Amino acid sequence: MSVEAPETRAGDGAAGDGARPLVEVEHLKIFFPIKQGILVEREVARVHAVNDVTLHIAEGETLGLVGESGCGKTTMSRAIMRLIDATDGTIRFRGEDVTKAGRKQMEPLRREMQMVFQDPFASLNPRKRVGQIIGMPLRLHGSNRKDVEPQVRELLGKVGLHKEHVNRFPHEFSGGQRQRIGVARALALEPRLIVLDEPVSALDVSVQAQIINLLDDLQDDFRLTYLFVAHDLSVVRHVSDRIAVMYLGKLMEVSPAEELYTKPIHPYTSALLSAIPIPDPEENRRRERLVVGGEPPNPINPPSGCVFHPRCPQATEICRRVEPPLARYPNGHLAACHHPLSVTPEEIKSATKDPTSPLSAGDELPDPTQPGGQAASSAEA
Amino acid sequence: MNDAQPLLTVDDLKVSFATEEGVVQAVDGVTFELGAGEVLAVVGESGSGKSVTAMTLMGLTRSPNARFEGNAHYKDTELIGASEDELRRVRGAEIAMIFQDPMTSLNPVHRVGDQIIEQIQEHEGVPDQQARERTVELLERVGIPRARERVDNYPFEFSGGMRQRVMIALALSCNPSILIADEPTTALDVTIQAQILHRIRELREETGAAVILVTHDLGVVADIADRIAVMYAGRIVEQGTLDQIFYDPQHPYTWGLIGSITRVDRPRPERLPAIAGLPPSLANRPEGCHFRPRCPHEFSECPKVPPLEARVDGQAGHLDRCWLPVDEKRAKREVRPGEIGLETKKEAAA
Repeated sequence: MSVEAPETRAGDGAAGDGARPLVEVEHLKIFFPIKQGILVEREVARVHAVNDVTLHIAEGETLGLVGESGCGKTTMSRAIMRLIDATDGTIRFRGEDVTKAGRKQMEPLRREMQMVFQDPFASLNPRKRVGQIIGMPLRLHGSNRKDVEPQVRELLGKVGLHKEHVNRFPHEFSGGQRQRIGVARALALEPRLIVLDEPVSALDVSVQAQIINLLDDLQDDFRLTYLFVAHDLSVVRHVSDRIAVMYLGKLMEVSPAEELYTKPIHPYTSALLSAIPIPDPEENRRRERLVVGGEPPNPINPPSGCVFHPRCPQATEICRRVEPPLARYPNGHLAACHHPLSVTPEEIKSATKDPTSPLSAGDELPDPTQPGGQAASSAEA
Repeated sequence: MNDAQPLLTVDDLKVSFATEEGVVQAVDGVTFELGAGEVLAVVGESGSGKSVTAMTLMGLTRSPNARFEGNAHYKDTELIGASEDELRRVRGAEIAMIFQDPMTSLNPVHRVGDQIIEQIQEHEGVPDQQARERTVELLERVGIPRARERVDNYPFEFSGGMRQRVMIALALSCNPSILIADEPTTALDVTIQAQILHRIRELREETGAAVILVTHDLGVVADIADRIAVMYAGRIVEQGTLDQIFYDPQHPYTWGLIGSITRVDRPRPERLPAIAGLPPSLANRPEGCHFRPRCPHEFSECPKVPPLEARVDGQAGHLDRCWLPVDEKRAKREVRPGEIGLETKKEAAA
């Protein structure tokens, strides 16, 4: 999408229009070769992990990236961090092309992009003290041992831990506290972008909320940009300005955060929403659930046309044949579907093919005379 | 279901483990009944003792450092003191278990079919061909396509959702009367979770098996449970029907838990409500009510252990462990939207 001003929340100083986005991902493709052979390894197939994705993240915004396991969300977030090489396409950070950047070129940039990992038990070295863990990025980037300690104490305070914790080991902390340590480590270098790869999925419900609120506060204090990767739509809503939904290496829908819940356009998004059980027995009994059958297909041989068509209740002949382009609806809401839900015929008529559509997509926009109907589970407006 | 004889009666079950840090009281006086065909959800966060309770019923927590007290009666069998031979007859045949992680709970070097056939033959001694037929049928019933071919596949050839279906087929193979499902969908994607829950619901209707569902996800609970037991730090703090717990939660922990879940069908709150603080260490729990340190409504009674009893008028099955009078609880938890009635005190002081 072009640099649409994200729907900003009150008190959020997101970047204004016209500013260059912090991260620009253009037609990114990441394929993993599958090799076979004893002496000479030949490539026999490719896993299409990320298959032509274009996304921008504006300074100060939070982009939620949602999809089920194997959809390529983690691969993409790692490529943005330059932990994985792109097969094709470009990634720019602050306008600088980092797609093929070497170690030297990356080093100053690494300060500005940090990551918080999913598993707070596996992502902290059990043999290091908290002070060493949080201080390591500072040391690596040239701070003196003497200067590091006060900074570490300050960071601990910022993430809601006690300053005395500096000499403890990770095993002395609970999951939520460990995740706070992970966040403190990511903050140490005062980065501009933090990639959060499922930062709360391993935590208990009551602790999840604490961490989400912490991330929210830190974003305001440090003017951070977040890429928040999640596997379902429930948590990501509370932090995101915009949400991108991925399926099998492709973008299905990109929407201002709240609108995705009240007005899901892609049937896959609607299925994801409908699959989340609502913690309210009466509501649950009343609501019509759309249970999508089947499982995501193998990304070695993605289906033709729309990748979601084998599981899609709306699928017709055109879905098998033509890959739908990302159609642009009002509010910068994009969706790649031939039979969009929750939009009026007028909205379909005024839709245009967005320039961020994959290169392989067709030009066919949805037919205004055949709107796809209402989403099975739409939220109360 | 109260009129009929309960299928399973657990009475004052206590489980403790001796560790280097002292005695960990993982389960502390858990009492509940399970009727035939009923789905009981045991809800709690990590370390609340919900999994230990479930596994103890199957005799899976026995070890030299573990101590057990109390009773668990299944039909005529006393499960807690049962010999390994007795337990072997019950496990799989009468009470079956579905584990959380489908990736590690199947044996990777055996074909999935053989793992199910083994269980059928162990309990029923039917001929090979018959056991195999039943296995294919079971796999079909849990929704595995082309079951006749896939019965000879190895676990690695299945996806996570498919493996969990195999686990369910395995659990159902001997028509158990009780199915214990320990976080059966936590490791799965949401669309697959919806399929599996749908399947468990159908199977329970078809087979009439009672289900003990151990989970931390109240969404899943609202979807499938008849009754709920909420656990905190080794004790059941509240127990009641689905509607009682969701619409008239008595224990502050329960109302905090329900208030802090995110809902996709509601407008998003400015800030996520959260229960402040952390659950206590099980080796060093506070005296009296264990939730006391996190509860802003603590008063003079709280240092005494509150018994699990019916406190709401006319609701005999709705039990809780909180000293506050019912009216006061209702007043305290009815707060502005976006809050959970546990904000005061600590946040005001901060």
